[in-house]
Amino acid sequence: METISTLAYLAASVCFILALRGLSSPESAREGNSYGIAGMAIAIVTTLLQPIVSSYLVIIVGIAIGGTIGAVIAKRIKMTALPQLVAAFHSLVGLAAVCVAAAAFYSPESYGIGIPGHIKAGSLIEMSLGTAIGAITFTGSVVAFAKLQGLLTGKPLVFPFQHPLNAGLGVLAILLIVLLCTTNAAWVFWAIVVVAFSLGFLLILPIGGADMPVVISMLNSYSGWAACGIGFTLQNNLLIITGALVGSSGAILSYIMCKGMNRSIVNVILGGFGGEIAGLPAGSALADRTVKAGSAEDAAFIMKNASSVVVVPGYGMAVAQAQHALREMADLLKKEGVDIKYAIHPVAGRMPGHMNVLLAEANVPYDEVFELEEINRDFAQTDVVYVIGANDVTNPAAKTDPASPIYGMPILEIEKAKTVLFIKRSLASGYAGVENELFFRPNTMMLFGDAKKMTEEIVRALG
Amino acid sequence: MNASLLADRLAELQAQLAALQAKSEALGEAISEAARAAAAGGTSHEAFFLTGLTVFVLAVFVGYHVVWRVTPALHSPLMAVTNAISSVIIVGALIAAGPASFDFSQVMGFVAVVLASINIFGGFLVTQRMLAMYKKKTK
Repeated sequence: METISTLAYLAASVCFILALRGLSSPESAREGNSYGIAGMAIAIVTTLLQPIVSSYLVIIVGIAIGGTIGAVIAKRIKMTALPQLVAAFHSLVGLAAVCVAAAAFYSPESYGIGIPGHIKAGSLIEMSLGTAIGAITFTGSVVAFAKLQGLLTGKPLVFPFQHPLNAGLGVLAILLIVLLCTTNAAWVFWAIVVVAFSLGFLLILPIGGADMPVVISMLNSYSGWAACGIGFTLQNNLLIITGALVGSSGAILSYIMCKGMNRSIVNVILGGFGGEIAGLPAGSALADRTVKAGSAEDAAFIMKNASSVVVVPGYGMAVAQAQHALREMADLLKKEGVDIKYAIHPVAGRMPGHMNVLLAEANVPYDEVFELEEINRDFAQTDVVYVIGANDVTNPAAKTDPASPIYGMPILEIEKAKTVLFIKRSLASGYAGVENELFFRPNTMMLFGDAKKMTEEIVRALG
Repeated sequence: MNASLLADRLAELQAQLAALQAKSEALGEAISEAARAAAAGGTSHEAFFLTGLTVFVLAVFVGYHVVWRVTPALHSPLMAVTNAISSVIIVGALIAAGPASFDFSQVMGFVAVVLASINIFGGFLVTQRMLAMYKKKTK
């Protein structure tokens, strides 16, 4: 029986690897997702057949409640709310890890790791690591969710002695783990949970809204490592393999996101970046420098007469939900014989790949959407660039001004294009608090207004 | 003219080969011993820890290589699907909720089953919804 279940768990692990592999292209991705579902089904059924599992009613009720809630949320969620949904889901994995660890602590005999009060030190270390990482994932994700949902300000919340306090809590957690191994006491276990809860909360609080792609990836990674810790405790290879896959996936995404901003992961975690420097009020900027402002009709005229247009979407497009209007505009331009492409910066939006999903939702074919490295050399031959809800990722200061906070960040080199159309509400600076030189160039036309309304007006002017 | 040089080289290589053979035999013995230890003490914590660590390190490498191949356009579905599969932690929750006896562990297990199920159903469904939207040019 044990051999069969070990083999079944191995099969489930392979399914999960295939699920991730499928994502290497959109054609194989759906098949990959089916592998993931199959792997999960194998894992659950195999566990249910274990001799120790006998109270099926409780379990079925549990799965039915959770499954219904999950299914309803997944069906109803708007694609623009995806980042907060993922954050919320991460928090659940973290909390589930804490619950499983608690169950293992109180009934170690169910998992064959000892009897209550006499759990081996090795198991306790693994258990407390799983618990601590799970607890950090839980509160950290709750804070990330609150920031993304707008329940908490997206500005970095900094307070005095923040870093010494966090370091102190980290040290305390380690001391408690040592204490747990020597005493086996329940109160120490719960103290670890409480300390880790506070740590997760305090770690994410000072991180600003536009750093959320890194935070979400990092929490994704943590939820994997928590599963790993629990896997070691329960001596289950499936949990270890899956946790390692998820953990390394999240770590790679964090790395890609940090690189997209030219910041180190440490710099992001320490927080406090952006949001503090208030943008220049439009009036004062206009006082000493001139910008060319245009109307929707002007923009429609310019684009209709262009032979190629590249659209650069950013978080502002998601906020305004302008993706459908944008697709309509692109369709009309295509009818006029204009070549349309989309250029996505790695950190555009609030989670990795956020813009791609929104464009896909608006039925933009994925082979019209290009990543930064693929499209940057095309800008010199582009007639018009249409920037909708993006700013910092196009700022040439990242290349030219070593004093700029965004210096060194890879940017979409739209300054090489013949004409740039910028939809913005005002001349306020972007998230990084840096003024964008492009606004004042003679070949830039500013379209002041809401991204969705402006795009809809252009659609009307084209039609 | 190089005959003596060649002979020297040959002797050197033979010596290396012998050393390698000895090493591989030793390694083989060590592996079989470890296997025996693992078989004898299936529940022994140390034995599992080493197996687990091996599996863990290899899985990190697999994850590293598989995830780098994921196209950036699918990074959001990647997050959603990794989120769903990390809920495989339900395996531990089912064992906690499973025993017929009612105690604190069973309550914890039940809570964990509910939480993980939300994630499993929600995660896979939202991934499916996202992936269904990715379409190629129709022309």
